[in-house]
Amino acid sequence: MLEALSLPFFQRVLLAGLLASVACGVIGTYVVAKRIASLSGGLSHAAFGGVGLGYLAGFPPIVGAAGFGLAAALIVGIAQRRFGSGLDTLISMVWAVGMALGIVFVALAPGYAPDLMSYLFGSLLFVPWEYVVAVAVLDAAILAAVLFFHRSFEAVCFDEEYAEVAGVRAEGLFLALLALAALAIVTLIRVVGVILAIALLTIPAAAARPWVETLRGMMGLAVAICAASMVGGLLLSYGLGESFEISIPPGPLVILLAAVLYLVSVGLRSVLERGARAAATAA
Amino acid sequence: MTAPAAELAGVSLSLRGNPVLEDVSLRIEAHDYLAVLGPNGGGKTSLLKILLGLLSPDRGSVRILGRPARRAHGQVGYVPQHVRFDLAFPIRVMDVVLMGRLGAARFGRIGAQDRAAAEAVLERVEIQGLAQRPIGALSGGQLQRVLIARALAQRPKLLLLDEPTASLDERIGRSVWELFEELSEEMAVVVVSHDVGAISRYVRSVACLNRRLHAHPSKELTPEILEATYGGPVDLLAHGHPHRVLEPHEDS
Ligand SMILES: Nc1ncnc2c1ncn2[C@@H]1O[C@H](COP(=O)(O)OP(=O)(O)OP(=O)(O)O)[C@@H](O)[C@H]1O
Ligand SMILES: [Mg+2]
Repeated sequence: MLEALSLPFFQRVLLAGLLASVACGVIGTYVVAKRIASLSGGLSHAAFGGVGLGYLAGFPPIVGAAGFGLAAALIVGIAQRRFGSGLDTLISMVWAVGMALGIVFVALAPGYAPDLMSYLFGSLLFVPWEYVVAVAVLDAAILAAVLFFHRSFEAVCFDEEYAEVAGVRAEGLFLALLALAALAIVTLIRVVGVILAIALLTIPAAAARPWVETLRGMMGLAVAICAASMVGGLLLSYGLGESFEISIPPGPLVILLAAVLYLVSVGLRSVLERGARAAATAA
Repeated sequence: MTAPAAELAGVSLSLRGNPVLEDVSLRIEAHDYLAVLGPNGGGKTSLLKILLGLLSPDRGSVRILGRPARRAHGQVGYVPQHVRFDLAFPIRVMDVVLMGRLGAARFGRIGAQDRAAAEAVLERVEIQGLAQRPIGALSGGQLQRVLIARALAQRPKLLLLDEPTASLDERIGRSVWELFEELSEEMAVVVVSHDVGAISRYVRSVACLNRRLHAHPSKELTPEILEATYGGPVDLLAHGHPHRVLEPHEDS
């Protein structure tokens, strides 16, 4: 299985996955803390519409995904502030309409789309160098925004009303946060796919939560958990194919590993706490 | 002459078709110490939200520190009635208090003076020892004081407190009223409270709000006024409080 590490295509997908982990852990922490997981899920599915448009119009699908994701972020973000309770319905609409558009665009596009499935569930094989570079650039942009505005983002996630009162432009920052979530999803598209991307924004951050007391700590640990799931899932996807001729795209394997890490994290924490409590009563 | 801290003229507000405030006019001077009281649903929280620019009135004008309310953000401190955030949120007390500095900080960058200011306000509300505590590991009264510290960290010119003493114990509760009095030398202070005893002892003027506002610059709060505000006899006064619950004080 480890011989995969010397194969150029595997090196590319691994590098893309590790770079995506940075975006995921950092932005996923905000997503979990602000409880906008379903909103972010809507963004990732909306992005598929852009993938389809890319096929149809002949530009890189990844650019279309970014465009559709950002547009959906804007629509849902503004609607969230204006309508509040109707949001749930709107999210599911954006979610499904994005997917539907993607399928329609692809059907209309001439010829056969050999790597279409890879946008849905990720793939080991369809990660070109250009994509790795694009992920690195997106990472840099996301990290720069977070380094610069972390406290304001934190305030908006924690208590939007007070953030506004304190002089933070809460609405603009919330939209910016959604835009960053859309970009983080784009970093995941080729490796885990749009359908499963939301899981990597939420599971690693949720797995990190029991061990940390600050958003910064949560980000760091979430990045590590996400990266570990990536490495494991990619190697597993390769190894299953090589040794057993079982072909499973990496996306589902990465997500399942992350879910296992989540269970381990939560389980270990509660065992440790029970132990500490037992020790305290014994003493 | 400096602009008044707040000036409302003929303000009316309805929320989802229910009239909440009607023709409210109010002027708060730079060093006022004003209590707002009134029955549940009387519109006290809504009035504060108008002062904060979080709600816009249907009619009437609102000027805060000589500006439209939304342009005064950062200058108006706010202690909300209810905790609006998730107590499981991973954040420490110090970082919550530092949120009060975000308006003044350039591009949201927090510096050494901001930390010093946050430490000073934590000391002022007597919880300096809790700076590194996670927000979820506080008692109700401690949390209330964190919220007061966060508002004070803004160094506001107008401080709005919505029932800030609800979960503070007697000794601390009283010293907090004294703290507000002390603060009113630096800023205008508006406290929403049902604590007629404390109001009578500490604040300098009272406004009764039950959709309509009755301001009492005369500093006299008679049972008739309270009854008119609450729409019935007020039990609070039956517990041995004098009929004249507010002592007259020298005109400022
Ligand atoms: N978001 C809202 N939508 C519709 N009606 C509202 C809303 N918020 C408040 N109200 C109504 O406005 C009126 C005033 O509410 P407000 O919260 O200002 O009262 P209050 O004086 O602060 O009461 P309390 O002493 O219980 O805190 C109430 O009748 C309430 O039902
Ligand atoms: Mg209220």
